[in-house]
Amino acid sequence: MRIIVLAKQVPDTRNVGANAMNPNGTINRAALPTVFNPEDLKALEMALRVKNQMPNTTVTVITMGPPRAEEIIRDARNRGADDGFVLSDARFAGSDTLATSYALAQAIRSAGDFDLVFCGRQAIDGDTAQVGPQIAEKLGLPQITYAEALESVSEQEIVIRRRLEQGVETVCAALPVLVTVTSAAPDCRYPHAHRLLRFAKTPVEVRNADDVQPDFARLGLAGSPTKVKKVDNVVLAHKDNVHLEPTEDNLNEMMKNLINEHII
Amino acid sequence: MNNVLVYCELSEQNRIADISLELCTKGRQLATQLQGRLQAVVLGHKVEGLEKQLYLYGVDEVFMADDERLAPYRTLPHFELLSAVIKEQHPDIVLFGATSVGRDMSPRIASYLRCGLTADCTTLEIGSHTDAKTKQTYENILLQMRPAFGGNIVATIVSPETRPQMATVREGVMKKEVLDATYKGSLTRIATDGRLDKADKAVRIISREIKEQSINIKPASIIVAGGYGMGSKENFQLLHQLADAIGGEVGATRAAIDAGFTESERQIGQTGVTVRPKLYIACGISGAIQHTAGMEESGKIISINTDPNAPINSIADITIVGDAVAIVPQLIACYNNNLK
Repeated sequence: MRIIVLAKQVPDTRNVGANAMNPNGTINRAALPTVFNPEDLKALEMALRVKNQMPNTTVTVITMGPPRAEEIIRDARNRGADDGFVLSDARFAGSDTLATSYALAQAIRSAGDFDLVFCGRQAIDGDTAQVGPQIAEKLGLPQITYAEALESVSEQEIVIRRRLEQGVETVCAALPVLVTVTSAAPDCRYPHAHRLLRFAKTPVEVRNADDVQPDFARLGLAGSPTKVKKVDNVVLAHKDNVHLEPTEDNLNEMMKNLINEHII
Repeated sequence: MNNVLVYCELSEQNRIADISLELCTKGRQLATQLQGRLQAVVLGHKVEGLEKQLYLYGVDEVFMADDERLAPYRTLPHFELLSAVIKEQHPDIVLFGATSVGRDMSPRIASYLRCGLTADCTTLEIGSHTDAKTKQTYENILLQMRPAFGGNIVATIVSPETRPQMATVREGVMKKEVLDATYKGSLTRIATDGRLDKADKAVRIISREIKEQSINIKPASIIVAGGYGMGSKENFQLLHQLADAIGGEVGATRAAIDAGFTESERQIGQTGVTVRPKLYIACGISGAIQHTAGMEESGKIISINTDPNAPINSIADITIVGDAVAIVPQLIACYNNNLK
C-alpha cells in the first residue's frame, strides 16, 4: 500500500511578534519561529498506524514551502515515514487555498500511484480547512473530513471515526480516499533515535513547479481568485471606562450596583 | 445574475439549522443591495414543507431535493446536486455555515468551480474594489472581513474576477431575523433519479452518535468568561462558582480551551460562538480580536486582568486591575452580602 501524507511547516501563531505581517497583508514568514502543523502531525500518526497494520506499506510525505521546509520531511522520516519531498518554487508565492491545492494535487500526481492521502484538517496559520477537500476534488477522490480515529483498514477499504460538533460518526470508504485529521486524533509518536542516525545524512528531495507539470496559470497569485484588499490593525472602539481598584468596598459597591440595575 | 444563494443545513431534528437562517438573513440584505433574488438549497430526506420556514426570512426561491440517500449529510451526494444547482443558476454569491458540514462541502465546490472561498467571515458587505496593480475597479462585489493571523488584524478579502464569490460564516456571528411573515417565495424540486447512484457508493455511514447539545452558552444573559490568565482548570472552577451564584454561564477563550481548562463548547470568538449577554465578566482575558469579535456587543463588560494595558480593557465599561483568581471569590462574597 502507498500512503501520501501532506504536511505544512507553519509559523507558530502562538508566538506572534509585532512584525508578523508584511505591509501588503501577507505573512512575514521569515520573522516567525516555525513548527510542524499540529494536525498534520496527527495525520502522519494515522498513516503510520495504517502502515503498522498493513505489510509493505510506504508512507511518503509531501510539503510545500520554502527550502527550509525540508525540516518537516526530516522530522517525519525520523518518526517513521519512508520518504518525501519538498515542493518549492518562487512561482508558488502568493497562492491562496485554491492555487495551493492545485499545486499539491499535481505533486501527488507526480509521486505515482497511491491508496490513501492523509492531511491535517487545517493549518494553524490560516484555519481555513479548505486545502484537503479541494485536493480531493482535484484528484477525483471521496473525502473523509474531521477524522479522529482509524477503526480498521484493509487493501480495499478504510473505516474512520469522525468528530462532529455534537458527536461522532463512523464511516467506511473504498480506497483510494483522502482523509483530513482533526486535533482530537491521537498524538504522533516521537522520533526514533536509530532513525535519526540512519537518515541524518540522507538528503531531502526538492521538486519545483516544472517537476509537477502544472498549468502555470493556475499557480501562485495568478491562480488565486481571492485577493487581500486591505488589512486593518484592530483599534477597539474606546469606551469611557471606569478603573476600579480591587478593594473590598469597591467590589462590594460594584456588585450592589449590578443588582440594583437588575443586571444580575 | 445578482443572486445570492444559501446552502442550508438541517438540524438533527430535520429542521433548517439556525446557522442557515442566519445566513438567509444576511443573504437577504446582500441580495436586496444587489437587486437580485435570494435562493436557498435544501437537500435531505422528508424535508417537505421546510421551504415555508425559509420564505419567512425573505428567500425568493427554494431548490429542494428529497431522497433518503441525502440524509444524514454525506459529501458526495450533496456535492452532486449542489454543484449542479450553482452551475445552472450562476449566483453571484454563495454562503455556507462554517460548520463541519459547510467546511466539508464549500472547499470542494470552490475547487470544482475554481472560485474564491473565504473562511470564517465576521462581516460581509457589498462594496467596490480597485486592483492596486491594474487600477481596474470592480463594483458591487462582496467584501469579506475576517480576523486573521495572530489576532491583531482584520483582513478584507475579495474575489473580484471569479464567480460565485463564496464565504463561510460561523454560527451566531450574523443575526437571525424574520423578514416578513407573508413573504412569497417559490419552490423548485430537484429530481434525484439516477443522479446519486455513483455518489451514494463512495462513503457509507456505519453508525452515528449525535448528542443533544448539553452546553449552550449562546442564550445566557450573563457570561463569566476566562482566559489563559486563569492559570488552571482548578481556577476555572471559581468562574463556575461565580456564574452559578449570579445566574450566568461560563465562557472561555480559545487559549484557555487549548490549555484544557474547560470544554470546547464554551469557546467564545471567531472560531467559537458569538454572544451578546447583558453582562460579560472577562477574567484573565487579554482580548485578542478573535475573542472580542465574539463578545464586543455585550451590554456591560467588566474586565479583570493583571495587565492594565490588556486590549480588552479598551472595550470594557469597568476595568479592575488585579488577579482574577483572588478577585472572583470576593465578588461571590460581595454578591451574597448584598442579597441579604
